[in-house]
Amino acid sequence: MTEPTRIRAQLAGDKANVRVMMRHEMESGQRKDAAGRTIPAWHIQEVTVLHNERTVMTAQWGPGVSKNPYLQFTLRGAKAGDRVAIVWNDNRGATRRDEAAVA
Amino acid sequence: MQTRRDTLRHASALAGLLATSGLLASHAQAAVNKPAFDAKTVPDALRAMGPGALTESRDIVLTTLDVSENGSEVPVAVSTSLAGVRQLLVLVEKNPAPLVAAFAISDAVEANIAIRAKMAQTSDVYGVAQMADGRMLFARKNVKVTVGSCG
Repeated sequence: MTEPTRIRAQLAGDKANVRVMMRHEMESGQRKDAAGRTIPAWHIQEVTVLHNERTVMTAQWGPGVSKNPYLQFTLRGAKAGDRVAIVWNDNRGATRRDEAAVA
Repeated sequence: MQTRRDTLRHASALAGLLATSGLLASHAQAAVNKPAFDAKTVPDALRAMGPGALTESRDIVLTTLDVSENGSEVPVAVSTSLAGVRQLLVLVEKNPAPLVAAFAISDAVEANIAIRAKMAQTSDVYGVAQMADGRMLFARKNVKVTVGSCG
């Protein structure tokens, strides 16, 4: 079960400052459990950002991104009501898409 | 009685079901630059990202803490006003695998990214812009970590 990504997109002139908070354990693969076994890496590996259904940025992530990843970026050519979508997939094949409107 | 034919038919149907449901996850890895994320040093990770020369540059602005009391969440921002940026990268030199994140940006976004990274220990943090002409421009800052985290 994946949990929702929170997206806040705030218009400033013709740009939108977007702050994203994803929910994911981002297990690094470095930790060991109580029995001494390595806990396998489990993390978001790709992120796609869409502005009105057009891909404007993609990202590749390793396990070094913090748990419940925070991301901030700025869209160009934005207007109030534009749709911003954030898609992620992880190294176990889970994927999630959330979207919000530019306010 | 289940014949061999039945067994084979069930096995191939199951494989087909697994493939379409995405549980055979090898395709999910295809788009990620695995060598870059597995590399153990900053130069190796950057070489896996592209062959361009690595040059320190005042045009790359790296914003992060001087001291972090929580190595599991260190804010790192990389930005530049230069045109022609293909990717922005964040690396932490002393992490088990230094490459933390790589952002492929289009002209539709500013060359300005902020994330939070894990730092295992006090280390140099790199913000790198891979330019359209292949150059890797970077800024580097030492961040002291009083309580580390990579695990």
